[in-house]
Amino acid sequence: MNKKSMYLALGVVAVIAAFVLGGVVDLFATEEAAGKPEVVNVYTSRHYGVEPVFERFTQETGIQVRFTTGSDALLRERLRAEGKNTPADVYMAVDAGNLWLAGEAGLLAPVDSKVLRDNIPANLRDAGNRWFGLTRRVRTILYHPGRVNPAELSTYEALTDPKWKGRLVMRPATHSYTQSLVSSLVAAHGPARAEEIVRGWVANRPTLIDSDTRILEALAAGQGDVALTNHYYLGRLLQANPQFPIRVFWANQNDRGAHQNISGAGVTAHAPNRDNAVKLLEWLATAGQADFASSNHEFPANPKAAAHPIIVGFGEFKADALNIGEFGRLQADSVRILDRAGYR
Amino acid sequence: MTEKTLIMQGVRDKRPSLLSSLPFFVVALTLLPVLVVASSLLTPTWSVWQHLWDTILPELLLNTAMLLLGVGIGTLLLGTALAWLVTAYEFPGKKTFEWLLVLPMAMPAYIMGFVYVAIFDFAGPVQTVLRSWGLERLVFWQIRSGFGAIMVMTLVLYPYVYLLAKAGFAEQSGSAMEAAKVLGSSKTRLFFQVVMPLARPSIVAGVSLALMEALADFATVRYFNFPTVADGILRVWHGLMDLGAASEMAGLLAIFALLLLLSEHRLRNRRAYHQVKGKNQGLPTMFLGGWRGGVAAGICSVVVFAAFGLPLTQLLVWGSRGIGQLTPGYLAVYVRLAGNSLSLAAIAAVVAVAIALLMASLTRLRGGTLSRLLTQLVTTGYALPGAVIAVGILLPLSALDRGINMLTAAWWGVTPGLIFTGSIVGLIYAYTVRFMAVAYNSVDSSLEKIPPNTILAARVLGASTLRLITQVQLPLIMPGILAGAILVFVDVMKELPITVMLRPLGYDTLAIWVWQMAAESLWTSVALPALVIVLAGLIPIKLLLSQGK
Repeated sequence: MNKKSMYLALGVVAVIAAFVLGGVVDLFATEEAAGKPEVVNVYTSRHYGVEPVFERFTQETGIQVRFTTGSDALLRERLRAEGKNTPADVYMAVDAGNLWLAGEAGLLAPVDSKVLRDNIPANLRDAGNRWFGLTRRVRTILYHPGRVNPAELSTYEALTDPKWKGRLVMRPATHSYTQSLVSSLVAAHGPARAEEIVRGWVANRPTLIDSDTRILEALAAGQGDVALTNHYYLGRLLQANPQFPIRVFWANQNDRGAHQNISGAGVTAHAPNRDNAVKLLEWLATAGQADFASSNHEFPANPKAAAHPIIVGFGEFKADALNIGEFGRLQADSVRILDRAGYR
Repeated sequence: MTEKTLIMQGVRDKRPSLLSSLPFFVVALTLLPVLVVASSLLTPTWSVWQHLWDTILPELLLNTAMLLLGVGIGTLLLGTALAWLVTAYEFPGKKTFEWLLVLPMAMPAYIMGFVYVAIFDFAGPVQTVLRSWGLERLVFWQIRSGFGAIMVMTLVLYPYVYLLAKAGFAEQSGSAMEAAKVLGSSKTRLFFQVVMPLARPSIVAGVSLALMEALADFATVRYFNFPTVADGILRVWHGLMDLGAASEMAGLLAIFALLLLLSEHRLRNRRAYHQVKGKNQGLPTMFLGGWRGGVAAGICSVVVFAAFGLPLTQLLVWGSRGIGQLTPGYLAVYVRLAGNSLSLAAIAAVVAVAIALLMASLTRLRGGTLSRLLTQLVTTGYALPGAVIAVGILLPLSALDRGINMLTAAWWGVTPGLIFTGSIVGLIYAYTVRFMAVAYNSVDSSLEKIPPNTILAARVLGASTLRLITQVQLPLIMPGILAGAILVFVDVMKELPITVMLRPLGYDTLAIWVWQMAAESLWTSVALPALVIVLAGLIPIKLLLSQGK
């Protein structure tokens, strides 16, 4: 080795040593924090706006919240692999199907809490008390008022009408939002009719865009006239620009109501700080409920909590009262229906 | 038996030692996650396969084939041509372009995909402006298509070929070229019949890395509504909630990748690529003056603009809208995240390259078909979607942790908790497994060019294996090693699923931050950390490239 490459190697080693040292110190810092004060550890796939809410919880209770983010499925596998040694106390997900699956896989322990029972409606929580919905998100019909008269709109099913050919913008089948919407169709009509409805949508050649925000922007730009998205994406866009031209239409108001999903949480089966975990859930369902829901323009699961003014402006509506756990039970069927119907 | 094998047999280290059994140990460790995934093939879920075959599988297979073909041809042409341009010619701005051309690699493909879609789709600025001028008929493209996916992935992945081809050219001796010139060979013939064949191991190594990356990608193809087999794996896992069936698909993908690698290797194995290179005897460069120089600089500019300048500009535009969020608190967060990302990437790069070097040179020195096959197997992990390999890594690591906890509980009555899952040790192990192909391909393709005579000479002079590696091989293949280190470094900076699964509680990286914001379509908040990823990747690239000469 010549002198130059020797210096290079030495330099590289020095830099790395510095970084490793930094990393190790960082690690010990977090380890130390774990030892002393009261903590609750959260695995969460909901990360939008959780930090200020957790900070408020810490201020009010003295319990520190440490959280690690990730996608629903990855965090569930991590929980499963860690088993009894898991540091996680709470599993928080943004889709009922994932909570249902975690419950069925034995990753969540039942919580017998009067506070949660009294504040979260029965259809928004697990019958076995393993998980609880905390916020509601409604997937409904969005339209451009310049090109669509709301009188033309009625139900998800009616979007199969050929007059919507080339005018629909929807989310691809890979997303759980699409899947749980189809599950609600299966619950309402049975699998055969649900497949017919999906085929009807596909026949109208919808534009598929894998981002609700982008779907709304496409609608505003004129790529389509009617779309299906979660309501809070419009809430966000309106917050940034009150003139954003898209309107909400609440679907299926004359029958079962608009399709809603939840974000929610459960206490893990091997939670090292179980009491704190239950406290966090109860707090999120009551004192922290309005903030938690409003941080993402979602509707509170607790009917006593106030919703964000922007989404209150979308008007009163009736939501499908189906138990949210059904979306998990029916999800695989719905994906098969989507695949068979050619909805990609 | 060829002369090469005879020589290699002659110089083989026959003394049994700890060092010589090392490759098998390392191979076993790196192979474990892939085997965990592939073992699901032993218990196939027929109902899922039947459903897939009847519905989406044919389309997935066709799309995957098209993607591989498109990205393969695209990266081969772009990467090789650019590498040749900056190696063989002098033109205005060449020194700058030499490293600017590597930069697109620092751009995570999932960011690039989104940015391209955002710029060129219906609601994007290009079509909006065309519509406002009444020129919507000029819109000939459908960006959400296979074409869009292939184009974006080619732009992100060509640097793999470029970097390795450049190393391949740089390691060539000028004498073969001189000889050809003296014999009256034309420039075209010179390139295709002398330079290209000699650089072939490096170029092929680069293209196969690009192809494996394309095979494993599921995030980018989703933006373009172009589902491939990797996307199908995620569909089965998340949609049908069947991780077992998803692993089976991943196992098949690994076998497919392995077949590709092996067939390539068989083709390569029939030839020898040894080159003798003294000091300062690289390829001669030619000066391009006048308009020729302008054209050369122009080509480089167009590529750098399309693959880096344009997405960077869009990120800056979004970032400037989010500038209000940039409080000192946020800056502190970015600095911490950048520190975490950089340290993980640096450690992983060194570990992966060191192991790859040991493995590659020891298998070469020992020879044998079995060890060849095993080392080849190790690199298949790169063709699997990161999320799947992450599960394959998590399972053995958590079993290890459980075992440790059980033992310590039985012996001393204490449980240390999770040591490997949720620690930096586990993360580095996982990165090494995932990116072994990158390090190994880079190092091995360079090793291939060392003539056996050199090794023979060292052996005759009594050099031990360790000395042979550190004092003979290492200096000769420095360009390949540096290229490998850069590639691993940048890959780790961008890596997502493994970091998500295995990082310690509360320990975040830039890529995770970017992903969180991207998942929520908060593009103004994505821009800044994405820029930091790109900038952080830039420093080592610049540094290593200037040292590599």
